[in-house]
Amino acid sequence: MLNSNTAGIATLKPLALTVNGKPYQFQVDIRESLLDVLRDRLQFTGVKQGCAVGECGACTVLVDGTPVNSCIYLALWAHGKSVTTIEGIEKDGELSDVQMAFVDEGAIQCGFCTPGLVLSTTALLDSGRTFTEAEIRRELSGHLCRCTGYQKIFDAAEKVLNK
Amino acid sequence: MFNISVLQEPESLEAAVAMLHADSGLRIIAGGTDVLIRIQHGGDGWSQLLSLRNVKELEAITLREDGTIVIGATAPFAKIFLDPIIREHLPSLAEAAVSMGGPQVRNVATIGGNICNGAVSGDSASTLFALDALLKLQSLEGERIIPIHEFYAGPGKVHLQPGELLTAILVPRSSYQGTSGHYIKFAMRKAMDIATLGVSVICRVQDGAFQDLRIGLGVAAPVPIRCAEAEAYARGRKITVEACKEIGKLAVKASKARTSWRASKDYREHLIEVLTERAVLEAATRAGGFRAE
Repeated sequence: MLNSNTAGIATLKPLALTVNGKPYQFQVDIRESLLDVLRDRLQFTGVKQGCAVGECGACTVLVDGTPVNSCIYLALWAHGKSVTTIEGIEKDGELSDVQMAFVDEGAIQCGFCTPGLVLSTTALLDSGRTFTEAEIRRELSGHLCRCTGYQKIFDAAEKVLNK
Repeated sequence: MFNISVLQEPESLEAAVAMLHADSGLRIIAGGTDVLIRIQHGGDGWSQLLSLRNVKELEAITLREDGTIVIGATAPFAKIFLDPIIREHLPSLAEAAVSMGGPQVRNVATIGGNICNGAVSGDSASTLFALDALLKLQSLEGERIIPIHEFYAGPGKVHLQPGELLTAILVPRSSYQGTSGHYIKFAMRKAMDIATLGVSVICRVQDGAFQDLRIGLGVAAPVPIRCAEAEAYARGRKITVEACKEIGKLAVKASKARTSWRASKDYREHLIEVLTERAVLEAATRAGGFRAE
Protein backbone atom coordinates (compact mmCIF):
# COMPACT_ATOMS: atom_id res chain seq x y z
CA MET A 1 0.00 0.00 0.00
CA LEU A 2 1.13 3.52 -0.74
CA ASN A 3 -0.34 4.80 2.51
CA SER A 4 2.44 3.35 4.54
CA ASN A 5 2.56 5.70 7.52
CA THR A 6 2.06 3.30 10.35
CA ALA A 7 3.39 5.32 13.27
CA GLY A 8 1.12 5.90 16.23
CA ILE A 9 -1.19 3.47 17.95
CA ALA A 10 -4.58 2.25 16.91
CA THR A 11 -7.52 4.27 18.18
CA LEU A 12 -10.81 2.68 17.26
CA LYS A 13 -14.12 4.44 16.81
CA PRO A 14 -17.48 3.11 15.67
CA LEU A 15 -18.49 3.68 12.08
CA ALA A 16 -22.01 3.14 10.76
CA LEU A 17 -22.54 3.71 7.07
CA THR A 18 -24.43 2.43 4.09
CA VAL A 19 -22.53 1.12 1.09
CA ASN A 20 -24.46 0.45 -2.10
CA GLY A 21 -27.70 0.37 -0.14
CA LYS A 22 -26.50 -2.08 2.50
CA PRO A 23 -25.89 -0.95 6.09
CA TYR A 24 -22.60 -1.73 7.82
CA GLN A 25 -21.48 -1.12 11.37
CA PHE A 26 -18.02 -1.80 12.75
CA GLN A 27 -15.00 -0.27 14.49
CA VAL A 28 -12.47 1.59 12.38
CA ASP A 29 -9.06 2.97 13.12
CA ILE A 30 -9.01 6.78 13.07
CA ARG A 31 -6.01 6.51 10.72
CA GLU A 32 -7.93 4.73 7.99
CA SER A 33 -9.10 6.41 4.81
CA LEU A 34 -12.46 5.62 3.31
CA LEU A 35 -10.49 3.98 0.49
CA ASP A 36 -8.76 1.64 2.98
CA VAL A 37 -12.08 0.61 4.51
CA LEU A 38 -13.92 0.13 1.24
CA ARG A 39 -11.18 -1.95 -0.38
CA ASP A 40 -9.56 -3.82 2.49
CA ARG A 41 -12.43 -4.29 4.93
CA LEU A 42 -15.44 -4.50 2.67
CA GLN A 43 -13.70 -5.80 -0.48
CA PHE A 44 -15.19 -3.22 -2.82
CA THR A 45 -12.14 -3.49 -5.04
CA GLY A 46 -13.81 -1.54 -7.84
CA VAL A 47 -12.53 1.47 -5.86
CA LYS A 48 -9.02 1.97 -7.20
CA GLN A 49 -6.01 3.49 -5.53
CA GLY A 50 -4.03 5.54 -8.01
CA CYS A 51 -2.03 8.53 -6.80
CA ALA A 52 -3.18 8.42 -3.14
CA VAL A 53 -2.98 12.23 -2.96
CA GLY A 54 -6.32 13.25 -4.43
CA GLU A 55 -5.17 14.09 -7.93
CA CYS A 56 -6.08 11.21 -10.23
CA GLY A 57 -9.69 10.47 -9.27
CA ALA A 58 -9.34 6.67 -9.53
CA CYS A 59 -10.59 6.29 -5.94
CA THR A 60 -13.71 8.41 -6.51
CA VAL A 61 -16.86 7.25 -4.72
CA LEU A 62 -20.14 9.02 -4.10
CA VAL A 63 -20.79 10.13 -0.52
CA ASP A 64 -24.47 11.05 -0.22
CA GLY A 65 -24.41 11.39 -4.00
CA THR A 66 -21.38 13.71 -4.13
CA PRO A 67 -18.12 12.58 -5.77
CA VAL A 68 -15.15 12.60 -3.39
CA ASN A 69 -11.63 11.21 -3.55
CA SER A 70 -11.80 8.39 -0.99
CA CYS A 71 -8.00 8.32 -0.59
CA ILE A 72 -8.00 11.70 1.17
CA TYR A 73 -11.27 11.26 3.04
CA LEU A 74 -11.11 9.78 6.53
CA ALA A 75 -13.26 6.67 6.93
CA LEU A 76 -14.90 8.17 10.01
CA TRP A 77 -16.17 11.11 7.98
CA ALA A 78 -18.53 8.68 6.24
CA HIS A 79 -20.31 7.99 9.53
CA GLY A 80 -24.07 8.14 8.99
CA LYS A 81 -23.61 8.60 5.24
CA SER A 82 -24.52 6.65 2.17
CA VAL A 83 -21.61 5.60 -0.03
CA THR A 84 -21.88 4.38 -3.61
CA THR A 85 -19.07 2.50 -5.33
CA ILE A 86 -19.00 1.16 -8.87
CA GLU A 87 -20.35 -2.15 -7.51
CA GLY A 88 -23.58 -0.32 -6.64
CA ILE A 89 -24.21 1.15 -10.07
CA GLU A 90 -25.62 -1.80 -12.02
CA LYS A 91 -29.23 -2.71 -11.35
CA ASP A 92 -30.30 -6.38 -11.26
CA GLY A 93 -27.37 -7.42 -13.39
CA GLU A 94 -28.08 -4.75 -15.99
CA LEU A 95 -25.57 -2.04 -16.78
CA SER A 96 -26.72 1.49 -15.99
CA ASP A 97 -27.24 4.02 -18.78
CA VAL A 98 -23.90 5.62 -17.89
CA GLN A 99 -22.07 2.30 -18.00
CA MET A 100 -23.77 1.41 -21.29
CA ALA A 101 -22.74 4.74 -22.82
CA PHE A 102 -19.10 4.11 -21.81
CA VAL A 103 -19.27 0.69 -23.48
CA ASP A 104 -21.04 1.97 -26.60
CA GLU A 105 -18.60 4.84 -27.11
CA GLY A 106 -15.51 2.73 -26.50
CA ALA A 107 -14.61 4.96 -23.55
CA ILE A 108 -12.80 2.18 -21.68
CA GLN A 109 -9.32 0.90 -22.38
CA CYS A 110 -7.34 -0.37 -19.38
CA GLY A 111 -10.30 0.42 -17.16
CA PHE A 112 -8.46 1.76 -14.13
CA CYS A 113 -10.03 5.22 -14.31
CA THR A 114 -13.43 3.89 -15.39
CA PRO A 115 -15.10 3.30 -12.00
CA GLY A 116 -14.38 6.86 -10.92
CA LEU A 117 -15.47 8.37 -14.21
CA VAL A 118 -18.69 6.35 -14.26
CA LEU A 119 -19.46 7.50 -10.70
CA SER A 120 -18.77 11.18 -11.45
CA THR A 121 -20.91 10.96 -14.59
CA THR A 122 -23.64 9.21 -12.60
CA ALA A 123 -23.64 12.09 -10.08
CA LEU A 124 -24.03 14.56 -12.95
CA LEU A 125 -26.90 12.53 -14.42
CA ASP A 126 -28.61 12.24 -11.03
CA SER A 127 -28.45 16.02 -10.58
CA GLY A 128 -31.08 16.29 -13.33
CA ARG A 129 -29.29 19.30 -14.80
CA THR A 130 -28.14 19.73 -18.36
CA PHE A 131 -24.53 20.53 -19.08
CA THR A 132 -22.72 22.45 -21.78
CA GLU A 133 -19.72 20.88 -23.44
CA ALA A 134 -17.40 23.03 -21.33
CA GLU A 135 -19.24 22.10 -18.14
CA ILE A 136 -18.97 18.37 -18.89
CA ARG A 137 -15.23 18.73 -19.44
CA ARG A 138 -14.91 20.73 -16.23
CA GLU A 139 -16.96 18.30 -14.16
CA LEU A 140 -14.89 15.32 -15.35
CA SER A 141 -11.57 17.13 -14.99
CA GLY A 142 -10.78 15.48 -11.65
CA HIS A 143 -10.02 12.17 -13.36
CA LEU A 144 -6.81 11.23 -15.10
CA CYS A 145 -6.95 8.72 -17.94
CA ARG A 146 -3.69 7.64 -19.52
CA CYS A 147 -5.22 5.56 -22.32
CA THR A 148 -8.09 7.19 -24.14
CA GLY A 149 -7.13 10.82 -24.66
CA TYR A 150 -10.49 11.65 -23.03
CA GLN A 151 -12.49 12.25 -26.23
CA LYS A 152 -14.44 9.01 -26.04
CA ILE A 153 -15.05 9.50 -22.32
CA PHE A 154 -16.39 12.94 -23.11
CA ASP A 155 -18.53 11.48 -25.91
CA ALA A 156 -19.99 8.86 -23.55
CA ALA A 157 -20.78 11.44 -20.89
CA GLU A 158 -22.31 13.84 -23.39
CA LYS A 159 -24.43 11.06 -24.89
CA VAL A 160 -25.90 10.03 -21.57
CA LEU A 161 -26.22 13.51 -20.04
CA ASN A 162 -27.73 15.36 -22.97
CA LYS A 163 -29.80 12.65 -24.59
CA MET B 1 -2.97 4.66 6.92
CA PHE B 2 -2.45 8.22 8.02
CA ASN B 3 -0.22 8.96 10.98
CA ILE B 4 -2.98 10.31 13.22
CA SER B 5 -2.87 9.78 16.98
CA VAL B 6 -5.84 11.92 18.04
CA LEU B 7 -8.98 12.81 16.13
CA GLN B 8 -11.37 15.13 17.92
CA GLU B 9 -14.74 15.64 16.26
CA PRO B 10 -16.65 18.40 18.05
CA GLU B 11 -20.21 19.12 16.93
CA SER B 12 -20.36 22.80 17.81
CA LEU B 13 -18.14 25.84 17.51
CA GLU B 14 -18.26 26.25 21.28
CA ALA B 15 -16.95 22.72 21.81
CA ALA B 16 -14.29 23.15 19.12
CA VAL B 17 -12.93 26.33 20.69
CA ALA B 18 -12.91 24.73 24.14
CA MET B 19 -10.97 21.71 22.83
CA LEU B 20 -8.45 23.94 21.06
CA HIS B 21 -7.97 25.92 24.25
CA ALA B 22 -7.49 22.80 26.35
CA ASP B 23 -4.98 21.13 24.04
CA SER B 24 -2.45 23.30 22.24
CA GLY B 25 -1.17 20.28 20.30
CA LEU B 26 -4.34 20.02 18.23
CA ARG B 27 -4.19 21.08 14.59
CA ILE B 28 -7.31 21.92 12.63
CA ILE B 29 -8.51 19.79 9.75
CA ALA B 30 -11.53 20.75 7.65
CA GLY B 31 -11.79 19.34 4.11
CA GLY B 32 -8.49 17.54 4.54
CA THR B 33 -7.34 17.94 0.94
CA ASP B 34 -4.17 19.71 2.08
CA VAL B 35 -3.78 18.41 5.64
CA LEU B 36 -4.10 14.70 4.83
CA ILE B 37 -1.53 15.03 2.06
CA ARG B 38 0.80 16.84 4.45
CA ILE B 39 0.38 13.92 6.87
CA GLN B 40 0.88 11.45 4.02
CA HIS B 41 4.20 13.16 3.30
CA GLY B 42 5.24 12.81 6.92
CA GLY B 43 4.45 16.35 8.08
CA ASP B 44 5.66 16.86 11.64
CA GLY B 45 3.26 18.14 14.26
CA TRP B 46 0.12 17.10 12.41
CA SER B 47 -0.79 13.86 14.19
CA GLN B 48 -3.31 15.37 16.62
CA LEU B 49 -6.29 16.66 14.74
CA LEU B 50 -9.43 18.58 15.49
CA SER B 51 -11.88 17.95 12.67
CA LEU B 52 -14.42 20.65 11.83
CA ARG B 53 -16.53 18.40 9.61
CA ASN B 54 -19.28 18.00 12.20
CA VAL B 55 -19.44 21.71 13.07
CA LYS B 56 -22.27 22.40 10.64
CA GLU B 57 -22.75 26.01 11.78
CA LEU B 58 -19.46 26.96 10.08
CA GLU B 59 -20.64 25.96 6.61
CA ALA B 60 -23.33 28.54 5.92
CA ILE B 61 -23.18 31.40 3.42
CA THR B 62 -25.52 34.22 4.41
CA LEU B 63 -26.37 37.81 3.54
CA ARG B 64 -26.76 39.91 6.67
CA GLU B 65 -29.30 42.69 6.93
CA ASP B 66 -26.52 45.29 6.76
CA GLY B 67 -25.43 43.79 3.43
CA THR B 68 -22.38 41.96 4.77
CA ILE B 69 -21.83 38.61 3.09
CA VAL B 70 -20.77 36.00 5.63
CA ILE B 71 -18.99 32.96 4.22
CA GLY B 72 -18.59 30.19 6.78
CA ALA B 73 -14.99 29.01 7.02
CA THR B 74 -15.84 25.41 6.15
CA ALA B 75 -17.97 26.22 3.11
CA PRO B 76 -16.57 23.98 0.39
CA PHE B 77 -15.53 25.50 -2.93
CA ALA B 78 -18.27 23.65 -4.84
CA LYS B 79 -20.86 25.25 -2.58
CA ILE B 80 -19.31 28.70 -3.00
CA PHE B 81 -19.37 28.31 -6.78
CA LEU B 82 -23.07 27.38 -6.81
CA ASP B 83 -24.29 29.67 -4.03
CA PRO B 84 -26.85 32.24 -5.27
CA ILE B 85 -25.58 34.99 -2.92
CA ILE B 86 -22.00 34.56 -4.13
CA ARG B 87 -23.05 34.37 -7.79
CA GLU B 88 -25.10 37.54 -7.54
CA HIS B 89 -22.79 39.70 -5.47
CA LEU B 90 -19.28 38.19 -5.69
CA PRO B 91 -19.13 36.54 -9.13
CA SER B 92 -15.34 36.81 -9.31
CA LEU B 93 -15.11 34.73 -6.12
CA ALA B 94 -17.28 32.10 -7.83
CA GLU B 95 -14.82 32.18 -10.76
CA ALA B 96 -11.94 31.69 -8.35
CA ALA B 97 -13.74 28.89 -6.50
CA VAL B 98 -14.35 26.83 -9.62
CA SER B 99 -10.74 27.21 -10.75
CA MET B 100 -9.47 25.39 -7.66
CA GLY B 101 -8.50 21.72 -7.94
CA GLY B 102 -11.04 19.46 -9.61
CA PRO B 103 -14.66 18.61 -8.81
CA GLN B 104 -13.97 15.98 -6.15
CA VAL B 105 -11.53 18.32 -4.39
CA ARG B 106 -13.95 21.27 -4.61
CA ASN B 107 -16.65 19.11 -3.04
CA VAL B 108 -14.69 18.85 0.20
CA ALA B 109 -11.94 21.50 0.26
CA THR B 110 -12.97 24.56 2.28
CA ILE B 111 -12.35 28.26 1.75
CA GLY B 112 -11.15 28.64 5.34
CA GLY B 113 -8.59 25.90 4.83
CA ASN B 114 -7.43 27.57 1.63
CA ILE B 115 -6.72 30.74 3.63
CA CYS B 116 -5.30 29.18 6.81
CA ASN B 117 -2.98 27.03 4.74
CA GLY B 118 -1.24 30.30 3.92
CA ALA B 119 -0.37 29.27 0.37
CA VAL B 120 0.33 32.27 -1.83
CA SER B 121 -1.19 30.27 -4.68
CA GLY B 122 -4.51 29.74 -2.87
CA ASP B 123 -7.17 30.48 -5.46
CA SER B 124 -9.47 32.33 -3.09
CA ALA B 125 -6.80 34.65 -1.67
CA SER B 126 -6.29 37.18 -4.47
CA THR B 127 -10.05 37.71 -4.87
CA LEU B 128 -10.57 38.09 -1.12
CA PHE B 129 -7.69 40.62 -1.09
CA ALA B 130 -9.34 42.56 -3.92
CA LEU B 131 -12.65 42.44 -2.04
CA ASP B 132 -11.07 43.83 1.16
CA ALA B 133 -12.47 40.78 2.94
CA LEU B 134 -12.36 40.53 6.74
CA LEU B 135 -11.62 37.40 8.74
CA LYS B 136 -13.49 36.48 11.87
CA LEU B 137 -11.31 34.58 14.33
CA GLN B 138 -12.66 32.93 17.43
CA SER B 139 -10.95 31.71 20.57
CA LEU B 140 -12.10 31.00 24.10
CA GLU B 141 -11.20 34.60 25.02
CA GLY B 142 -13.50 36.01 22.36
CA GLU B 143 -13.49 36.99 18.72
CA ARG B 144 -11.46 39.40 16.64
CA ILE B 145 -12.01 40.63 13.11
CA ILE B 146 -9.01 41.54 10.96
CA PRO B 147 -8.47 42.52 7.32
CA ILE B 148 -7.30 39.50 5.31
CA HIS B 149 -4.07 41.24 4.27
CA GLU B 150 -3.00 41.34 7.92
CA PHE B 151 -3.45 37.57 8.22
CA TYR B 152 -0.72 36.35 5.89
CA ALA B 153 2.68 36.20 7.59
CA GLY B 154 4.81 34.51 4.93
CA PRO B 155 4.79 31.49 2.65
CA GLY B 156 2.59 28.89 4.36
CA LYS B 157 2.35 31.04 7.50
CA VAL B 158 -0.63 32.94 8.88
CA HIS B 159 -1.28 34.91 12.06
CA LEU B 160 -3.55 32.34 13.68
CA GLN B 161 -2.97 32.47 17.43
CA PRO B 162 -2.85 29.31 19.56
CA GLY B 163 -6.39 28.29 20.43
CA GLU B 164 -7.82 30.38 17.62
CA LEU B 165 -10.11 29.27 14.83
CA LEU B 166 -11.10 31.03 11.59
CA THR B 167 -14.90 30.95 11.64
CA ALA B 168 -15.99 33.19 8.78
CA ILE B 169 -14.95 35.45 5.94
CA LEU B 170 -16.86 38.74 5.85
CA VAL B 171 -17.34 40.92 2.80
CA PRO B 172 -19.01 44.23 3.74
CA ARG B 173 -21.52 45.75 1.33
CA SER B 174 -19.26 48.75 0.71
CA SER B 175 -16.64 46.36 -0.70
CA TYR B 176 -18.81 44.82 -3.39
CA GLN B 177 -21.85 47.00 -4.08
CA GLY B 178 -21.86 48.28 -7.66
CA THR B 179 -18.64 46.45 -8.55
CA SER B 180 -17.67 44.11 -11.33
CA GLY B 181 -14.76 41.74 -11.17
CA HIS B 182 -12.73 39.15 -12.97
CA TYR B 183 -10.34 36.42 -11.85
CA ILE B 184 -7.69 34.95 -14.11
CA LYS B 185 -5.81 31.86 -13.02
CA PHE B 186 -2.76 31.02 -15.06
CA ALA B 187 -1.62 27.41 -14.81
CA MET B 188 -0.22 24.72 -17.07
CA ARG B 189 -3.48 22.74 -16.99
CA LYS B 190 -7.08 23.86 -16.83
CA ALA B 191 -7.80 21.64 -13.83
CA MET B 192 -5.99 20.05 -10.90
CA ASP B 193 -3.18 22.55 -11.03
CA ILE B 194 -1.61 25.15 -8.77
CA ALA B 195 -1.69 28.72 -10.05
CA THR B 196 1.52 29.98 -11.64
CA LEU B 197 -0.13 33.34 -11.20
CA GLY B 198 -3.54 34.53 -10.05
CA VAL B 199 -4.98 37.99 -10.79
CA SER B 200 -8.24 39.20 -9.34
CA VAL B 201 -9.71 42.57 -10.15
CA ILE B 202 -12.65 44.44 -8.64
CA CYS B 203 -13.75 47.75 -10.13
CA ARG B 204 -16.42 50.42 -10.09
CA VAL B 205 -16.83 52.61 -13.13
CA GLN B 206 -18.55 55.92 -13.68
CA ASP B 207 -18.88 57.76 -17.00
CA GLY B 208 -16.26 55.61 -18.65
CA ALA B 209 -13.70 56.17 -15.89
CA PHE B 210 -12.43 54.05 -12.99
CA GLN B 211 -14.11 55.18 -9.81
CA ASP B 212 -12.39 52.45 -7.83
CA LEU B 213 -10.00 49.70 -8.88
CA ARG B 214 -8.63 46.94 -6.66
CA ILE B 215 -6.08 44.40 -7.86
CA GLY B 216 -5.18 41.26 -5.88
CA LEU B 217 -2.26 39.12 -7.02
CA GLY B 218 -1.39 35.56 -6.01
CA VAL B 219 2.10 34.04 -6.46
CA ALA B 220 3.52 37.50 -7.22
CA ALA B 221 5.25 37.84 -3.83
CA PRO B 222 5.74 35.65 -0.71
CA VAL B 223 2.13 36.44 0.28
CA PRO B 224 -0.88 37.58 -1.76
CA ILE B 225 -0.66 41.32 -2.44
CA ARG B 226 -2.57 44.38 -3.59
CA CYS B 227 -1.17 46.86 -6.10
CA ALA B 228 -1.49 50.28 -4.42
CA GLU B 229 0.33 52.32 -7.06
CA ALA B 230 -1.59 50.81 -9.97
CA GLU B 231 -4.88 51.29 -8.11
CA ALA B 232 -4.09 54.94 -7.34
CA TYR B 233 -3.12 55.55 -10.97
CA ALA B 234 -6.46 54.16 -12.13
CA ARG B 235 -8.71 56.13 -9.80
CA GLY B 236 -10.63 58.75 -11.77
CA ARG B 237 -8.85 57.84 -15.00
CA LYS B 238 -10.67 57.27 -18.29
CA ILE B 239 -10.80 53.58 -19.17
CA THR B 240 -8.69 52.97 -22.28
CA VAL B 241 -6.53 50.10 -23.48
CA GLU B 242 -3.48 52.33 -22.91
CA ALA B 243 -4.50 53.03 -19.30
CA CYS B 244 -4.96 49.29 -18.68
CA LYS B 245 -1.50 48.61 -20.14
CA GLU B 246 -0.02 51.17 -17.75
CA ILE B 247 -1.92 49.59 -14.85
CA GLY B 248 -0.36 46.24 -15.81
CA LYS B 249 3.12 47.78 -15.77
CA LEU B 250 2.51 49.39 -12.37
CA ALA B 251 1.24 46.07 -10.99
CA VAL B 252 4.65 44.54 -11.73
CA LYS B 253 6.23 47.26 -9.55
CA ALA B 254 4.16 46.07 -6.59
CA SER B 255 5.30 42.47 -7.00
CA LYS B 256 8.25 40.55 -5.65
CA ALA B 257 8.07 37.56 -7.96
CA ARG B 258 10.65 34.83 -7.66
CA THR B 259 11.91 31.97 -9.73
CA SER B 260 10.48 28.57 -8.88
CA TRP B 261 10.26 25.34 -10.82
CA ARG B 262 6.86 26.47 -12.07
CA ALA B 263 8.08 29.69 -13.66
CA SER B 264 11.01 32.11 -13.70
CA LYS B 265 10.83 35.56 -12.14
CA ASP B 266 10.93 37.18 -15.59
CA TYR B 267 8.10 35.02 -16.87
CA ARG B 268 5.99 35.72 -13.78
CA GLU B 269 6.53 39.47 -14.21
CA HIS B 270 5.42 39.15 -17.81
CA LEU B 271 2.32 37.29 -16.63
CA ILE B 272 1.57 39.96 -14.01
CA GLU B 273 1.74 42.72 -16.59
CA VAL B 274 -0.26 41.01 -19.31
CA LEU B 275 -2.85 39.27 -17.13
CA THR B 276 -3.49 42.35 -14.96
CA GLU B 277 -4.14 44.36 -18.10
CA ARG B 278 -6.54 41.69 -19.39
CA ALA B 279 -8.33 41.23 -16.08
CA VAL B 280 -8.79 44.99 -15.62
CA LEU B 281 -10.11 45.39 -19.15
CA GLU B 282 -12.53 42.49 -18.70
CA ALA B 283 -13.75 43.75 -15.31
CA ALA B 284 -14.25 47.25 -16.76
CA THR B 285 -16.10 45.77 -19.73
CA ARG B 286 -18.38 43.82 -17.41
CA ALA B 287 -19.01 47.00 -15.46
CA GLY B 288 -20.14 48.67 -18.68
CA GLY B 289 -17.24 51.10 -18.61
CA PHE B 290 -15.47 49.89 -21.70
CA ARG B 291 -16.41 48.63 -25.12
CA ALA B 292 -13.84 47.17 -27.49
CA GLU B 293 -13.66 49.17 -30.75
